[in-house]
Amino acid sequence: MTNRINPQTNYLQLIAFIILFFFSCNLFANEISPEENKLLNDAVSNLLVKSFKNKTQAVKELAAIDSPQTIVILEALLKTRLYYVRSNKNVVIINKKEQQYEIKSAVDNTALGVVKKKAIKKITTNNKLRKTIRTILAQKKILNPDLTVREAAIKEILKKAEPALLPTLQDARNKETVGSQQELLDLSIALIQVDNANTETRLAAIKVLGASLYPVSKGKLQQLTATDGKGKTIEKNQDVVDAAQAALKKINGKLKFFGNVETLFFGLSLGSVLLLSAIGLAITFGVMGVINMAHGEMMMLGAYTTYLIQQVMPNSIGLSLIVAIPAAFMVSGLFGIAIERGVIRHLYGRPLETLLATFGISLLLQQMVRTLISAQNVAVVTPSWLSGSLVINPAFAITYNRIYIFFFALIVFALLLAILKKTTLGLQVRAVAQNRGMATAMGIKTQWVDSLTFALGSGVAGVAGVALSQLTNVGPNLGQAYIIDSFMVVVFGGVENIWGTLVAAITLGVANKFLEPWAGAVMAKIIVLIFLILFIQKRPNGLFPQKGRSSGGH
Amino acid sequence: MIINRFFPQFMHNDTGGKLLLSLLAMMVVIVVVFNMMIPESSPLHISTYMVTLIGKYLCLALLAIALDLVWGYCGILSLGHAAFFALGGYAMGMYLMRQIGDRGVYGNPDLPDFMVFLNWQELPWYWYGFDNFGFAMLMVLIIPGILAYVFGWLAFRSRVTGVYLSIMTQALTYALMLAFFRNEMGFGGNNGLTDFKDILGFSLQSDATRIVIFTLSAIALAAGYIASRYIVESKLGRTVIAIRDAEHRTRFIGYKVEDYKLWVFVFSALLAGIAGALYVPQVGIINPGEFSPLNSIELAIWVAIGGRGTLFGAVVGALLVNYAKTYFTGVLPEFWLFALGTLFIVSTLYLPKGLVGIFQNRKKEGHPTNNPDNVKSEGAA
Repeated sequence: MTNRINPQTNYLQLIAFIILFFFSCNLFANEISPEENKLLNDAVSNLLVKSFKNKTQAVKELAAIDSPQTIVILEALLKTRLYYVRSNKNVVIINKKEQQYEIKSAVDNTALGVVKKKAIKKITTNNKLRKTIRTILAQKKILNPDLTVREAAIKEILKKAEPALLPTLQDARNKETVGSQQELLDLSIALIQVDNANTETRLAAIKVLGASLYPVSKGKLQQLTATDGKGKTIEKNQDVVDAAQAALKKINGKLKFFGNVETLFFGLSLGSVLLLSAIGLAITFGVMGVINMAHGEMMMLGAYTTYLIQQVMPNSIGLSLIVAIPAAFMVSGLFGIAIERGVIRHLYGRPLETLLATFGISLLLQQMVRTLISAQNVAVVTPSWLSGSLVINPAFAITYNRIYIFFFALIVFALLLAILKKTTLGLQVRAVAQNRGMATAMGIKTQWVDSLTFALGSGVAGVAGVALSQLTNVGPNLGQAYIIDSFMVVVFGGVENIWGTLVAAITLGVANKFLEPWAGAVMAKIIVLIFLILFIQKRPNGLFPQKGRSSGGH
Repeated sequence: MIINRFFPQFMHNDTGGKLLLSLLAMMVVIVVVFNMMIPESSPLHISTYMVTLIGKYLCLALLAIALDLVWGYCGILSLGHAAFFALGGYAMGMYLMRQIGDRGVYGNPDLPDFMVFLNWQELPWYWYGFDNFGFAMLMVLIIPGILAYVFGWLAFRSRVTGVYLSIMTQALTYALMLAFFRNEMGFGGNNGLTDFKDILGFSLQSDATRIVIFTLSAIALAAGYIASRYIVESKLGRTVIAIRDAEHRTRFIGYKVEDYKLWVFVFSALLAGIAGALYVPQVGIINPGEFSPLNSIELAIWVAIGGRGTLFGAVVGALLVNYAKTYFTGVLPEFWLFALGTLFIVSTLYLPKGLVGIFQNRKKEGHPTNNPDNVKSEGAA
């Protein structure tokens, strides 16, 4: 359980790093012209004055220079990383590394080596100055031509909207052309205007806040409707309080709705995972009546196949996943054939023995992976087209991998259904499942059909493993976590009915996720398990029992 | 035979059982004598560690008998029997926990350490009474008994049989494991109950206490064996075997199949609970890992390897596999899962009657009813 590596986080970090990298390149790559250099130099040396009044003046002068470098300098000043060298009064930006200080010129970013603490002195700031700097920085960034900079700036402003910024924001709003950025600017303006003296302006601002799903607007409205100890609102203007309460109600209604939509989506996502893991079992257990306790390990093999393929082709991660799907199907399918030929064939008609023998196989496969690859979890990389999320609004975003896996599960299901209903193999499989003796009499090679059916079920499990490798940790115990759930899904849906498996998987997934908020994740799972145990007592043949004579034969 | 004088009448034909009980008695005498009489310097001395280890095996053997009773004689493969074992263990663990008193790390006389750690203010109601040994021992029987009764009543009445029942029992123990892992349950969560000090005022660390618990385990195993043998040789046992071999037929003859199954299932759960209660003071800890489905399946393999439907086979299987487990996890930890996996496959493919079956085959068929191969009935298939 320890040493868990989450490939997704790592990947996100990587992306964040890349964005930062390009962002900083943008800032630094600009050639600093000689005149600009001179201006900056003068402005920066003015910062070395003692009085904060003069220092504020120097900051304003510096800010007036039209150069991206001013942002760098001011940010360094704000973060107390702006120093000057005692010997030559050069202003530098420091980077503390252990006990040493790396310095670079504040004017043109040239590295000036490493110095001791004694050689440099900090350029100090006070509260008032810092406030000024923050305002200047916000102004400069909010009008920046680069959208990413503007976005980051407005999000920073939303955390603490200072009234002094109002003219800047309004100016920016007029110039802004990007829709999402306009919305954020409106929101920030409303956040400031809601504290205005004019009731009408305030009510208009509340309207804007009420339409926004960002947490800050809810926070502001809660602040407006807050009551003191005696149940009276702190805000004296009753119209404003009423409007804020109405807006808050609207927001809460929307948040609740999107909360439910999100839970439903999580439920569908869990359901699709359950469907993927159970559907192979629905074939081996449902159609053939074989209890394959090594089913989870077939999924594990699929996940490890993905890992190995990524090791072989590290430069095309996006493609590796596509390659992994047929490869995992083959690997798990071949293992399935081997298991069927080697063990299960000798145990037909003895289901309890099959259960134990396949459990032995699952132990062997787990240990095989531990010995051959590693006992630790391995890191499977998420390709870029699977990472990130689809942001619908601030209260509701869904990750792409879950969307893809949901549809992937449905496709696998449809394919399997097509194989069973439309192909000769499917016909033969169903014939053998319904009446083995008669099928043999009609010339179907039942042993061959058994092998292929088992291979099909195992191969589908392998494909499920590929999908799982994108959602959970890939380790030797991957399969064990799913085996009981998979059996539950198949039994709940009704054996011999793969439509039942679909309904059962989705139902259980959604039920689980809706129970989670008030019962907790583990308790929700326990409740679902207990419900299933009781349900099977009531309807031993599941939700959709097979009609006809064969249903009694189990 | 003169030896029959020492055994009750229903065991006169039970050669394996007579042999087992005789060996068990001899072993207890030897272990006790060699541990207490022979000085530690002598190579013949049996260390207290060894005594406790054997004591543990004996508890597991009792658990195996419990499973053999329902699986080998009644055709119910319970893959959740470790749950009853663990519940008995938890009941004992709760008593031992209360015995710690104010000697815990936090020195709180009213609350066990883990509750102090979780900032609990008072003892939850279900911990009341566990400072009383008699009450705790009653709970060792009652809690697994009630669970088995409720589960069995529901399952057998609705005629859930065969593999379905196995999967249900597995889900049951899995749900219990998840539940006991939660800190809010008040059973110590992940860490379980541990750090026990003494039992009935005797220190658990002392050699004498350990010898006594070891001897009690041996007695419990012998008593459990005799009681189980009595049941399977009785009229009730015959009916149970009939149910195993032809459930529908037995029902049509007029027996209330559910009642018989339920009775045996509950009795088996009680045996498992007792085994768990004796196991805990010897290993010094009980945690939710004991509920893990793997434990229950492993248990099934002890019985399968020893030989189902023989009772003594279960004991042989439990002792052999557990000894092998201790040995291999010490010497070749990687090898153990390979060995266990292979055992599962080989024993089901090639040893349908278990190790005991090899020896029985050499003799003439004495007891057709004890032949577990008859399980191929309409009920289970």
